[in-house]
Amino acid sequence: MSATSRTDSVTPEHGVPASVPHLGVDPFSTEFFEEPHPIHEALREAGPVVWLDKWGVYGVARYAEVHAVLNDPMTFCSSRGVGLSDFAKEKAWRPQSIILEADPPAHTRTRTVLNQVLSATAMKPLRSHFTALAEAKADELLARGSFDAITDLAEAYPLSVFPDALGLKQEGRENLLPYASLVFNAFGPPNQLRQDAIERSAPHQAYVAEQCQRENLAPGGFGACIHARADAGDITHEEAPLLVRSLLSAGLDTTVYGIGAAVYCLARFPDQLAKLRSDPTLARNAFEEAIRFESPVQTFFRTTTREVELSGYRIGEGEKVLMFLGAANRDPRRWENPDSYDITRRTTGHVGFGSGIHMCVGQLVARLEGEVMLAAIARKVGKIEITGPVKRRYNNTLRGLESLPITISPA
Amino acid sequence: MPSITFVHPDGRAQRIDASNGESAMQAATRQDVNGILAECGGSAMCATCHVYVDEDWLARLPAMGDDEDALLDGAAAERQANSRLSCQIQLGADLDGLVLRLPDRQT
Repeated sequence: MSATSRTDSVTPEHGVPASVPHLGVDPFSTEFFEEPHPIHEALREAGPVVWLDKWGVYGVARYAEVHAVLNDPMTFCSSRGVGLSDFAKEKAWRPQSIILEADPPAHTRTRTVLNQVLSATAMKPLRSHFTALAEAKADELLARGSFDAITDLAEAYPLSVFPDALGLKQEGRENLLPYASLVFNAFGPPNQLRQDAIERSAPHQAYVAEQCQRENLAPGGFGACIHARADAGDITHEEAPLLVRSLLSAGLDTTVYGIGAAVYCLARFPDQLAKLRSDPTLARNAFEEAIRFESPVQTFFRTTTREVELSGYRIGEGEKVLMFLGAANRDPRRWENPDSYDITRRTTGHVGFGSGIHMCVGQLVARLEGEVMLAAIARKVGKIEITGPVKRRYNNTLRGLESLPITISPA
Repeated sequence: MPSITFVHPDGRAQRIDASNGESAMQAATRQDVNGILAECGGSAMCATCHVYVDEDWLARLPAMGDDEDALLDGAAAERQANSRLSCQIQLGADLDGLVLRLPDRQT
């Protein structure tokens, strides 16, 4: 990233440097959700830092600046909320997360616990079970032939593995996706999507609060492991349920959108499906590239803890900065042929899972689910055809589909 | 500008030039060394940039932190006494000539 020494004149009314390019686009609008890429390009081309008039926030859409903001958590903090709402100015809609919405040193302690609960070591015993269920899912869907790839695959597969891995009871699981959708809508501005989600949230919030308690979590699952860390003194018994809540908030819907993105890519780009079929070991990278290409988590905010200069622009203290992860993942300054889905691409460094100390703590679970599901498809499915209207789902943070009717045939 | 050598599992040696201050993982991914996956991009999360440090160099590297130690337990290939994560090896003139052996798998 190149930071220049230029100082901008500051307009006294707003404290916004006059030379920061102003854009009128609303990244939380239906228009944007339907077709974000031309707007991403406009945001990137306008400058390294932009000002979004609609919501009164700074924005960064180029890879270098997004990466820089993600990797300077003491300047661009999370404890004032990673949505538009500034917790220093207004009350959070739910008790604040003690990991996502926290800064070091508090964050370091809770993060260490989840890092260990969701570590590569913890994934090893899950692999064979996750693989068996992915293969069973592929067989079942091949027998059906035609189905909706979102509900019957992208949602059904994670629902068949993740809640059990967490140790959740069978009853009430229908609350999981609505709760996650609420959480991700709530990072957005006070638009209709957010307001509707919060208005309808009471039963989902009650379900989640209940499931985070120790007595509702099966032994051996991620949830029980978190509570055990409270016994060990690494976190308090009051903190344990809040860390379980993080897995309920961010552990399911994200993988649904990730697998949905990957299947949508393979359905649209048959040459890439053919490549994957000829070498199923590409499955893990095919999933990773889908995360880069579609960026299921599109945006997060940070808040400045001090006045800071970013690529020559001065940003005052207490300003919200919106990071466009999806735009960074297609920035031609960083990626060759950014708009092509290429399962052999070296995807290292994409920010679809974030970067730095807040990078998705469940990334290894997500990759495991994505890899084994795509590997099962690679081995068993010969052809994927889109057979009906593709419908987009609208969410303030997540990008994905409501419906993807497909027909598949065996290899 | 330090140069480092990656030795692939088949014995092939690949020498690359690195920039001062970048990690061995960054140098490897920038120059597309197969065998360094680095899924987390250097956020110390994934253990897919695992390397075996040549014995002559092992003592010259700074000691590993607790995070790296824990991550190495989850590495896909067997952990050995000279296992390190290449994202935690910062390169400088003192490491010019470093030799790192690649494991047979990273996932």
